[in-house]
Amino acid sequence: MTFELLIPLLAAAVQSGTPILYATLGEIFTEKSGVLNLGVEGAMIVGALAGFLVSKFTGSPVLGLLAAGLAGSLATSIHGVVCLWFQGNQVVSGLALTILGAGLANYLGTPYVGLSAPGFSPLALPLLSEIPVLGQIFFNHDPLVYLSYCIPPVMWLFFAKTRFGLNLRAVGEHPAAATAAGINVVSYRWLGILGGGFFMGLGGAYLSLAYTHLWTTNLTGGRGWIAVALVIFAFWRPIRAVYGAYLFGGVMALQLRLQASGTQLPSSLLLMLPYILTVFVLVLSSWKKGSSEEPAALGVNIEPVD
Amino acid sequence: MLHMRIAKRQEPLGLGGSCLVLFLALALSLVLSGILLFLGGTPPLEGLATLFYGAFGSRWALEDSVLKAIPIFLCSLGVAVAFRLKIWNIGAEGQFALGSIGATWVALSFPDWPSFILLPAMIGMAMLAGGVWGLIPAILRQKLRTNEIIVTLMMNYIGILVLDYLVYGVWKDPSSYGFPMTPEFSDNAIVGKIGSSSINWGLLHCVVLGTFIWGFFKFTRLGFELKVSGDNVAAARYAGLPYDRLVILVMVISGALAGWAGFLEASATVNRLQPSIIVGYGYTAIVVAWLARLNPLNIGIASILLAGLRVGVENLQLELQVPAAFGGILEGLILLTVLAGGLFTHYKIERRRME
Repeated sequence: MTFELLIPLLAAAVQSGTPILYATLGEIFTEKSGVLNLGVEGAMIVGALAGFLVSKFTGSPVLGLLAAGLAGSLATSIHGVVCLWFQGNQVVSGLALTILGAGLANYLGTPYVGLSAPGFSPLALPLLSEIPVLGQIFFNHDPLVYLSYCIPPVMWLFFAKTRFGLNLRAVGEHPAAATAAGINVVSYRWLGILGGGFFMGLGGAYLSLAYTHLWTTNLTGGRGWIAVALVIFAFWRPIRAVYGAYLFGGVMALQLRLQASGTQLPSSLLLMLPYILTVFVLVLSSWKKGSSEEPAALGVNIEPVD
Repeated sequence: MLHMRIAKRQEPLGLGGSCLVLFLALALSLVLSGILLFLGGTPPLEGLATLFYGAFGSRWALEDSVLKAIPIFLCSLGVAVAFRLKIWNIGAEGQFALGSIGATWVALSFPDWPSFILLPAMIGMAMLAGGVWGLIPAILRQKLRTNEIIVTLMMNYIGILVLDYLVYGVWKDPSSYGFPMTPEFSDNAIVGKIGSSSINWGLLHCVVLGTFIWGFFKFTRLGFELKVSGDNVAAARYAGLPYDRLVILVMVISGALAGWAGFLEASATVNRLQPSIIVGYGYTAIVVAWLARLNPLNIGIASILLAGLRVGVENLQLELQVPAAFGGILEGLILLTVLAGGLFTHYKIERRRME
């Protein structure tokens, strides 16, 4: 492949990887508090619809983005109510949230299928976009891509250096010890769930406000599940999530290009690529689990005590 | 000031209490979906009445509900077997797709075999294909500790695309005017209907397989070992039970049952393979299994209930133009409320007076 073809492909990889990156970061944030939320797909699609509708009716994509984040938190709050208040099984609750979220978004979004809303457009960053190669790949995108660059380092700092972040991790590692140290375990898990849901909502908004500017059914297409897998690939580290997300973005961009190029390969086989890659990546990461930072109490509910 | 507090029950909640909680949970999910109907511009009471009338209100509706309950029941039976061992098989949808593919391959390759050979061969191939789709995540889980939730889920997407690939490509009926479907099966490859009803003999398969699975857990040594392993993995290992092999066996059984459902859907319901047989029964099966607390008889009842909701939603769409996605809302809400209601099995909420 020639260089002139490779650069646009890599730029497209960053763009297609961005919604997955937001969702993966959201799930890392939630799982660090010890809560397994498999409802990423549901929170994303609810966020995508909320972002689309608010942007359509206010004309402001920024308000839409904010609404998407809040809608993502609202969606995941259902998971919080079921798991934190009612001790429901986290796996099943997350699945239910996926089913409910997809149902809600497709139900409420039916009148708007095929309509468009004002969204975010590419904005070349001055100076940075002039850097040869890298400028084209990384600094010639819409503002949401730039926003996504800031989150992994900030999240890393939050976990490593701040008291809130350390407490959140303590709750995910050893809730009993955290309780003994005077940390309100349930509040921190709420923080994990709602904060994570906010990022998942942003990931959804990226799809309806930047990647496309219109609403279609099943807009998320399994990206939420890929994000759940990428958390494992990333060993629960925000920075590593970036590689994973762009790897998937690359495969999705490649698949779209191959389809558009009129290849002889049937489209159903091309569409399989990201899902096969997900299995492959998971198998690889289960091989090298040594450096993983999986929270010890992940998926385990906190028994209510008097 | 009144304050709520959660306290552990001395004894788990009895049958009457459990039924009450279940009833309240279902009622709550209906109220919430009524509100959503209202938000969508449909009168809620009329909507829910249309839903129930469409599901159970006429002979035709009831038959359709039973017809849809058949694949849901078999998938759910499979899912429940895996859940018993705390293996999260989310892959019934893909195993169902593979089962329909396996059965179709036999039906298209040997259309002239007599029914009493052809149908068992189709079932065998469907179970094999579905079983392999369950085996792969099981092996990855036991050998490499790869997360089976995500692998089974990804294999749903992959399995459905394999089906698409076949019916859009090599298996496409040349006389289908471009529609993605295989030629119709020969008469020998079709499971017939019971008497003059629209229900097929798959119903009998469900009764036999359900009884078999129930008896397997109740009366056989292997079934007992599975139950023990599911309740306590460490204890099972300590007692020398072959936990790893049990997991693999269970996932193959689970996949084979979903594969059987795929066979019935292709052979009895549409008489060919086409993408429209994939409608999410594999996910509904998870809702059913959890609602039924993994018990085969309860799975039967819950399958008819959830299948009825699907038929009812179709009626709602027809009569009041409610989008089909409303079905997902109903299923999600039912699962969430029932899950939350599970708290009362082991806990109770007390009022406590604070000074």
